[in-house]
Amino acid sequence: MCGIAGLYSKTPAFQARLGSDLSAMLEQLAFRGPDSAGVAFYRDPAPFGSSKVSLFSDDPGYDWEGLHVELEVEFAEASEPSIRASHATFVIAADAGDAQSWLAVRHPELRLMSAGGTIEIYKEAGPPAAFVKRFALAEIAGTHALGHTRMATESRVTTQHSHPFSTGLDLCLVHNGSLSNHNRLRRVLMREGIQFQTDNDTEVAAGYLTWKLREGASLEQALESCMDDLDGFYTFAVGTADGFAVLRDPIACKPAVMAETDEWVAMASEYRAIAVLPGAPDATMWEPEPGHVYSWGHAVVA
Amino acid sequence: MAATDATREAVSVDLATVTVRALNQRLHDASAPGSFRVLNPGGQHSIAAGLDATHAVEIDGHVGYYCAGMNQHATVRIAGNCGVGVAENMMSGTVVVEGSASQSAAATARGGLLVVHGDASARCAISLKGADVVVRGSVGHMSAFMAQRGNLVVCGDAGDALGDSLYEARLYVRGSVAALGADCVEKEMLPEHIAQVRELLERSDIAGVLPEDFRRYGSARRLYNFHVDNLGSY
Repeated sequence: MCGIAGLYSKTPAFQARLGSDLSAMLEQLAFRGPDSAGVAFYRDPAPFGSSKVSLFSDDPGYDWEGLHVELEVEFAEASEPSIRASHATFVIAADAGDAQSWLAVRHPELRLMSAGGTIEIYKEAGPPAAFVKRFALAEIAGTHALGHTRMATESRVTTQHSHPFSTGLDLCLVHNGSLSNHNRLRRVLMREGIQFQTDNDTEVAAGYLTWKLREGASLEQALESCMDDLDGFYTFAVGTADGFAVLRDPIACKPAVMAETDEWVAMASEYRAIAVLPGAPDATMWEPEPGHVYSWGHAVVA
Repeated sequence: MAATDATREAVSVDLATVTVRALNQRLHDASAPGSFRVLNPGGQHSIAAGLDATHAVEIDGHVGYYCAGMNQHATVRIAGNCGVGVAENMMSGTVVVEGSASQSAAATARGGLLVVHGDASARCAISLKGADVVVRGSVGHMSAFMAQRGNLVVCGDAGDALGDSLYEARLYVRGSVAALGADCVEKEMLPEHIAQVRELLERSDIAGVLPEDFRRYGSARRLYNFHVDNLGSY
């Protein structure tokens, strides 16, 4: 069991409270996933020609200021680090690919959580309520966000094993369920040049989407091909620069509920996570049909 | 019992301030049948589960999993949607969902009546063992899987694999059926079946739906006992 939450603001006023509302959703989903928690926020787009990276260090005293100086030397311009607990986000005057390559070579001790123009991923082992507090999520504004609470089934409980998993620039995946063919699929994807940080099954699904998108599939095509190539149970939520998409496996082993008002669109594993949102009792609600790709945003799934 | 009287005298329990466990304990301990109104259910699980008295319980809002599970004798009305397994293993009584129900509604229910005024998703009436289930909207895939006894009435459409591995439950569908499951076949609507659908619709307070418009589905009884020729169908 795990918990998933997705929240999309339809008004500027709602954007300001995105973090506090997503936090409330995660706390409701803590009983579905007490082991670890994570979020992806889409906010504060990097200027044209720049990119944003979020990084994790397991060293509590990590010298983020030192890294900032190095980034300025290498790329001429880099923002001050925006530090949240064990994570830091930088806006760098460089192509995301160049920034990633440089970081991988020069700072292998760091884990790249996300890269792109707007995405920021934060995740950590431990109870969701503690995570929400430690990362001060309630103060974060943004256009949309995904969240996850994890109950580990097939691999260890660490920061790296937590969700969301990055699936490319401004893309991420959260998952409720389990995949049974992930070991074989991981070997196939590694031969295709996809890199993995853990033995986690969801990371394979994320790598699979990365590979499909790299090969030219649209997000909708990539998600639809999951139904042919992934064996197991899943409700997936995929975050994109413009919104999010949802897919349940055709057997519908894992739950999902969606709701919409004039202010927001939300998806969650259970209604109790939506009940904490303003206007929830009067929201339009439905259960996404299995084997059908749903998406929100502007031309997200083109 | 007149519904209006029941509502007037109802004892209110607010789940914003009282736990589900305390609510259920109160419903289990009540020495005489009573009327209860549950406020702010907020999608919590197991609300009004395990009742064993002729209580009337009205729930103001959406509920989570297993609402009114194992119900005996009580009438539970939900003014909202339900999560997984509403009225699962119901023995008797009536459960009414004014909105839609998620998966496995009335799973293994042995008696009583479940009415869903919206849609019910996958596996509605799975392993039904004698209860009546009436859905005003449509049902999802694998509904009435291995259903043994009882009736499922669907005023809308049915999803894939309706009645797969069915035993002796009767399935009535007014709209389309995406596909019948293994060993489920269409059967003739005889006058007794039309009368049964009429009676179930009346008990469910569903008007404007003609019993003559339903088709009946049941077991072909080919998979009751193992036979090697049927290996592909098990």
